Amino acid sequence: MFADYSLAELGSIFVMQGFAGLILFSVFVLMALGLAIIFGQMGVINMAHGEFMILGAYVTYFTSQFFLNYIPSLFGAYFFLAMILAFFAAGALGMAVEWLMIRRLYKRPLDTLLATWGLSLILQQLYRTVFGPREVGVELPNWMMGSLPVSEMVEVQINGLFVMALTIAITVAVALLMYKSSWGKQVRAVVQNRVMAGAVGIDTEKVDRYTFGLGCGIAGVAGSAFTMIGSTGPTSGQLYIVDTFLVVVFGGAQSLLGTIASAFTISQAQSTMEFFLSGSMAKVLTLLGVVIILMLRPQGLFVIKVRR
Amino acid sequence: MSSDKDNSNKISSTRRKLLMGIAALPAVPLLASTGLFSTPAMAQAPATSAVNTTGLAVTDTEVTVGILHSVTGTMAISETGSVQAEKLAIEQINAMGGVLGRKIKFIQEDGASDWPTFAEKAKKLLVNDKVAAIMGCWTSASRKAVLPVVEQYNGMLYYPTFYEGLEQSKNVIYTGQEATQQILAGLDWVAKEKKSKTFYLIGSDYIWPRTSMKIARKHIEGHLKDSSVVGEEYFPLGHTQFNSVINKIKLRKPDVIYAAVVGGSNVAFYKQLKAAGIDLSKQTLLTISVTEDEIDGIGGENIAGAYSSMKYFQSLDNPNNKEFVAAFKKMWGEKTVIGDVTQAAYLGPWLWKMTVEKAGSFDIDKIAAASAGIEFNKAPEGYVKIHDNHHLWSKARIGLALPDGQFQVVFETPDLIEPDPFPKGYQ
Repeated sequence: MFADYSLAELGSIFVMQGFAGLILFSVFVLMALGLAIIFGQMGVINMAHGEFMILGAYVTYFTSQFFLNYIPSLFGAYFFLAMILAFFAAGALGMAVEWLMIRRLYKRPLDTLLATWGLSLILQQLYRTVFGPREVGVELPNWMMGSLPVSEMVEVQINGLFVMALTIAITVAVALLMYKSSWGKQVRAVVQNRVMAGAVGIDTEKVDRYTFGLGCGIAGVAGSAFTMIGSTGPTSGQLYIVDTFLVVVFGGAQSLLGTIASAFTISQAQSTMEFFLSGSMAKVLTLLGVVIILMLRPQGLFVIKVRR
Repeated sequence: MSSDKDNSNKISSTRRKLLMGIAALPAVPLLASTGLFSTPAMAQAPATSAVNTTGLAVTDTEVTVGILHSVTGTMAISETGSVQAEKLAIEQINAMGGVLGRKIKFIQEDGASDWPTFAEKAKKLLVNDKVAAIMGCWTSASRKAVLPVVEQYNGMLYYPTFYEGLEQSKNVIYTGQEATQQILAGLDWVAKEKKSKTFYLIGSDYIWPRTSMKIARKHIEGHLKDSSVVGEEYFPLGHTQFNSVINKIKLRKPDVIYAAVVGGSNVAFYKQLKAAGIDLSKQTLLTISVTEDEIDGIGGENIAGAYSSMKYFQSLDNPNNKEFVAAFKKMWGEKTVIGDVTQAAYLGPWLWKMTVEKAGSFDIDKIAAASAGIEFNKAPEGYVKIHDNHHLWSKARIGLALPDGQFQVVFETPDLIEPDPFPKGYQ
């Protein structure tokens, strides 16, 4: 298929393709981080993850409308405020859900699957009733659209760069929080042995609530960022949920490093195959590969050794 | 006269029951002369026993139809407009005096974006409610699920969506375009106007895009001079990452990107095209899956410059359409937009009304037989006519997407195109 093209063209296409893979990688990490915290650290299977993301997207939409109507001069900067608001909105909803529902289910992890799936349906219908069934278009500031031409053929998408930068920032923040702060130490202690952690004086309920809230908040930020590349509607969250679980489970549920490694593997495999094969086939082969590897290594790529 | 009619509408339920009880009696004119039921509409209406011989939900004052669309689930995004249009048409018909002197009452059921639910609700509407017609379905999958039900229980379905063709039924009137009506004229136009020779086909992975692309490919390779397809790609429904295929498109440099991507993927596709620096004012893109409804979600600024191949655009400049758009906005709000399918859904109740009046009966068999040849002059898209194969004769139009989310019509076929659901040489 490459016979007709010059070397320069091929070179720039490979650069572009590499960049496409990196964007996909960032998107996957951003999607999966919140779930990695909730599923990986707490063992809660949160099927409503996508709906928390969409809450973030709606917050972004309303922030953009507010800026457009009241302070159009600052429209260029609204996205940053929107992300912060999205974090707090999704986080607050997450903590409320934890208090109402999840905390009663910690001893029955499989039931969280059903409960949160029900929650996702409720949230979808709620969005549909409150915000309307049609999709909304989130208007972006001009500087976030288009691409930077590097050479004649090579162009770098600005929103791709934005997602990458955001992903790195959030990943570093989460890593610091989990592995360097005393709160992170408490979280990990609760995960490893809830009873013992309680016995040494950690308020496990509080830790659980904040951890769940943090995971949901990050989902909200991801949803906010994805208004740049995807749709915002009541059921848009469903578009992300499969890939998100794929990344987290493949990476090994309890390891942040695993999530990143698995996001990298899956995104590179998928974007390369999409280039050489058709879109549907690439998806089939990716899923097949993940299934085979999980059959050989059910615990995922990376795993923390814990004495039970 | 109109206030009289309003009064007749408010007949208490007991009196309505009484009416139903005596409906079969030929003595209605006698009763009317007593003054009890002496509204003008009643006096003109033919006796129920004469216009309803098969036990449909028709009384002396009312006829019941069903509306069957998804108002919950993933398809609610698309089907909302159809529901709104059908309700508007019913309201307008009632304001004009109804059908055969009877007001239309509707029962709305929710297909919930789930195909077995569609079949179940269709059965409920036909068997329990005995509706005289169903306005409904949107996706091909839901229509395929409902088709055996309307055929078995002998109902009448008015189906609004443009679709892949390869179907024809006594019990269905297809008010949208079948594939050749939508595709061929558009391809001819782009080949002639833009001197396009190479086409890149991209769609979502299910029956409608695949069948449509098959027809498009046959037309490009067989009927357009020196033209070729340089790529054909399908993506799973809900796919959100198009950067790889965009790179492929950049490499192949097709004259035309021909797109049939649907749902949430649609939004992702156009946003990412724009982000990747593909300027739609230089790169021709022709789509068969974007109407004003979809642009709401995509954002006008992301798709401005693309061409869409439809039979109706909200911006159509004719008196029928101006009236329709004004009435629609008055009923559903200034900000609502009207897409191709919404307009087609609006035709359903009107075509049914005219068929009933032509047949002089609500009986399904008589309506099915009388449908062919029905003409509707007041259609927003312009004059339409039902063909013997139960599809509509209609024009094809090309619209240029503008940044404000509307289309500017740049081409329309001079004549109505004959519907051909089983096109020879395209299968």
